[in-house]
This record gives sequence, C-alpha cells and structure tokens, in this order.
Amino acid sequence: MSRGESYPDDLRYNRDHDWARLAGDEAVLGITWHAQDALGEVVHYEPPTVGGRVVAGESYGEVESVKAVSDLIAPLSGVVLAVNSEVMNAPETINADPYGAGWLIRIALSDPAEVGSLLDAAAYRSFLAEQ
Amino acid sequence: MELIYEKSKPGRRAAVLPRRTVPAATIPSELRRSAPPRLAEVAEPDLVRHFTELSTRNFGIDTGFYPLGSCTMKHNPRANERAVEVPGFRDLHPHQDADAAQGALELMWRLQEILAEVTGLDAVSLQPAAGSQGELTGLLLMRAYFEDRGEHRSEVIIPDTAHGTNPASVTMAGLELVDVATDERGNVALDDLRAKVSEHTAGLMLTNPSTLGLFDEGIVAITDTIHEAGGLCYYDGANLNAVCGISRPGDMGFDVVHINLHKTFSQPHGGGGPGGGPIAVRGFLEPFLPIPAVTRDGDRFDLDAHRPLSIGKVRGFAGPFGVFIRSYAYIRRYGPRLREMSEAAVLNANYLLKHLREAYDVPYDRICMHEFVVSAQSLKRNHGITALDVAKRLMDYGFHPPTIYFPLVVAEALMIEPTETEAKETLDAFVQAMLAIAEEAREQPDQLHEAPRSQPVGRLDEVKAVREPVLRYLFEGHPRRE
Repeated sequence: MSRGESYPDDLRYNRDHDWARLAGDEAVLGITWHAQDALGEVVHYEPPTVGGRVVAGESYGEVESVKAVSDLIAPLSGVVLAVNSEVMNAPETINADPYGAGWLIRIALSDPAEVGSLLDAAAYRSFLAEQ
Repeated sequence: MELIYEKSKPGRRAAVLPRRTVPAATIPSELRRSAPPRLAEVAEPDLVRHFTELSTRNFGIDTGFYPLGSCTMKHNPRANERAVEVPGFRDLHPHQDADAAQGALELMWRLQEILAEVTGLDAVSLQPAAGSQGELTGLLLMRAYFEDRGEHRSEVIIPDTAHGTNPASVTMAGLELVDVATDERGNVALDDLRAKVSEHTAGLMLTNPSTLGLFDEGIVAITDTIHEAGGLCYYDGANLNAVCGISRPGDMGFDVVHINLHKTFSQPHGGGGPGGGPIAVRGFLEPFLPIPAVTRDGDRFDLDAHRPLSIGKVRGFAGPFGVFIRSYAYIRRYGPRLREMSEAAVLNANYLLKHLREAYDVPYDRICMHEFVVSAQSLKRNHGITALDVAKRLMDYGFHPPTIYFPLVVAEALMIEPTETEAKETLDAFVQAMLAIAEEAREQPDQLHEAPRSQPVGRLDEVKAVREPVLRYLFEGHPRRE
C-alpha cells in the first residue's frame, strides 16, 4: 500500500469509492483514500443542498480536480442534514484527511437496511486489489 | 521573456495614423473613457522581435510529433493552402449572389456528396462550425424529429468512455443523460444497454472506434437495440480517421453523424479553429437540417432556405468555407484510395502499441484502431511516477505529450494517436523516448517529478492555476513607467 493509504474498519464502503460512517439513524459520507489519490488534488467541491434527498447509487454532488470532475455516489439514501462548509472553502482538506476533516455530508437515513449491501473495510480492500 | 507591456516606452509607435480629413465624431460624455487605454507602446523592430520570439516558443505539428489522442494532429498538406488562395474562392463575399458563386457552391455540393458516401448516409449539412456544434445540431434534429412525430422522448444514452462534449451537448439540447457501462473487452456492455433503453429513449451517442481506440465488436447489436426501442443512433465522428473507406457509420446502423473536417480531412487546428463539423443524416431526417441547404439542379447550384421543418441556422452564412476547400482538396488528392489514409493511421497506432506494451500497462489487450490507451498504473504503484510525469518528461525529448487522464475508465491513462502522416523513424524515436522514460522511472524517479527541464517554463502549478487564476495582465501591479 502507498504512503498514507488506509481504509478504517469502522466505515462501510461502496464500489464507487465512497464511505459512510454510521451513528444511529444518521451517517456521515465522504470519499476514500483511493478516490482522492486517483483524483489528485481536489480544487472544488459542489455539495447538495441541506434538506434535499440523496439516493443510494445516485450522484449527490461533485468533486473536481485538475484531472477531472467526478460525481459523488451516495452509498446510502436519506435527507441531507449538513454539508461540510470547511471543505467548500478548502477542498484540499479532502486529500489531507479524507476520513476526518474531509467529510462531505451528514444525512438522516431513510432506509437503514441498505447498509447490508455495503462493503466492510476488508471487502473494499479486496475490491481495490482486483481493480 | 518580458511581456509586451514591460517593453513599452511612452511615445514609441510602430505606425503613424494618417492625418484626419473629416470632422471628429461627437461621442456622448457618458460613453467616453476618462483615460486613454493602456496599450503597449513599442517601435516596429521591437514589435516584430517580440512576436517572432513568441512564435518560436510554440509547438505545433509543423515543428514536431504531436500524438495527442483523439485530436488527429496530422500534417496539413500545403497544396490545401494553394487551393484556398485561388482568387475565386479567396475574394468571395458571403453576401455574393449564387450566380456569382457557382464554383464555391459546386465545391460545397461535391463535398456534401463525398461526406454522404464516406458516412454511408443520405444528406449532409456543412454548416456546424466544429464537432461540438455538430453534436448539438444532431441532437436538435433528433428532438425536432420526435416532436414532429408527437413522441415524447428525452433520454440519451452515452457510454462512460465518451468525449466530454457528448454529455455537455445532451444537456445543452435540453435532453437527459443516461450512462451505459463498458465491458471487460472495452465494448459497450450490451446487458447494461438493454436495461437502460425504454420508451423514453431518444437515442444513443457513440464514438466508434471509442476513445479507447477500439472498434466496438457489438456495434450492430447496439444500434439494433436502440432502434427496437424507437430511438435514433448518433455517431460522434471524432475518430472517423480510423475507418474512412473501410466501414461506414450508416452501415453500422447510425442515423446521424458529425464529421470533424479539421481532424480527419486536414485543417490546421489546435489553436481554436476554425473547425468544421458537418453532419450527415438518413433521408427521413433531411427536412430538419439547418438552412440554407446547398442544392443542385442540373448544372446550377443554389442555397435553399425553404425548409419549413428545419431547426434553423446554427452558424452565420453557409459555414466555414475555407475549411471546406482544404478538406475537399485533401480528399480529392487521395481520391478512391482514401482507405489508405485510415489503413496507415491504424498501422502506425498498432506499431506504437506493440512496442510500448513492453513498459506500460495495456488495459484492453486488443488490436487497436487509429489510437490506443496505455496506463502508467504500474509505474505509479512501483515508482511513484504518474501519467502526468511521463507526459511532462516527453517534452524534454522533443515530443508533444499525448492526451492524459482520459478516458476516465482507465487509471493513469495515456491516449496516443500517431496519425498516418508520420514516418517510421519518427515513431521509432517516440518509442525510444517512452521506453527511456519508463527506465528513468525505475532508476531516477525524482528527476521525472521535475520535468520538463528543457522548456521555457518548468512544471506548472496546475492546482494554483485553478484556485487562483490570473486571467489578465495586472496593471495594478505594474504601474506605468514614465
């Protein structure tokens, strides 16, 4: 693994390289170390609006690097409770700390059963190895 | 080098305006500037030297190999320029009567006929100014066609390897995007496509060969799937250089095609144009084509604006006429041997691919068409050298970098298109440079991070350029020197 690469065990992952940190009927979402590494330095974060709905498997926003603009694919469905305004002002935070200060949105889950379809850290690491 | 503003000295001039012999116009005071514009003030020798020096900092197909994938940077034959300079073409005014422009109209009509033959379709409009406008025009035609039939179809299916202009054109045309995946051989994933078509499907936009440089092995099944759902098939002709005289989009099942004249049929490009993006369509779409149409009646050629179902004009006058002359001259010099152009383009690409696979990853291991994609993924994993590092280092070897980080489905992508106009020696020199860079990645990776080192400017800070763009000369920071 490259320097700094990590996939915390307390998170759940989708195959689009997004993570979810569950807390009761809420979840915090972000992108994985692999995603930010593939994108390169992030220069813009386009968040959803607070109060809007996100749907698992569909785009809820965008991140832009000097290489490309990428959709953020929601791992879980729900209603947006908060967006990380610090990342909007300093998108490079996503590169520096993808699982901490670089979180993107917090949602209230509308279908907690969806968690069952996500990967745990070990399964996500194997998925990456196959890529 | 100094900017022209930094060379400026008050009072210096490269020209003297003639003495005024008419009364000065009165300009309302609210429209007048309070101070004269701050233009650079230099004498003619300094002016000439400044811009001549700037021109030597340029890199173009006339100075070196330019394998920019999907951009078809081929040599532009000088015979084309002789054709453009024929007085009857050069001195023509766009408002001239058809009677006095018969030669020009005949050239346009003949070019339309050739493009219809090359694409395997029935009718052509030369009007769109470039590929992207051809896309928008094609989509507006599709919309007009369905509106005329009273059908409400709004979805356009696009693969994840598509040029970025495709989704942009769909959005501009007021339609909705539906993505379709690429399978493990680099073809459109047919199962996914069948799951995505519906009564909402207006059509499909596809580049074939794709941006991976691969000819889709399921092309007829793809166009059949769209037609069975009631949609139309749009062919992005960006990669037409691979198939001219060999296979035709119309025979593959496509209904609308745009042709990048400036790429496939030679026209200096890469600096912003002018380009040419004609579209070719099946007969049932002809009534919707832009006006005016170039028509023939016996020996007489005309511009016909009477098309009640037309989507209207998409560009001023009849289109980029200079581009038409160059493309016509280019095609006529090949004549019936046009397929040799595409055959040589495909041969050159496969020659490069065969040699580069020694040192670079090949994500889709197939015979390629006129271009191909390799990946620097292993170099990145093992030595920390990215596609960007390889591209920047190529400049030190005297080559224009290939397209990088596209298509998005390939990590660390390098997309290489040599075109047919390069000699074997040039291709060999490029291979040597690419292999040498891979060797450098293993032996001295730190040096690669600093590339380019031989160019007027070193590694640019692309992140800072995006975050803090400076888009004009900052006079505030450079007070006038008296």
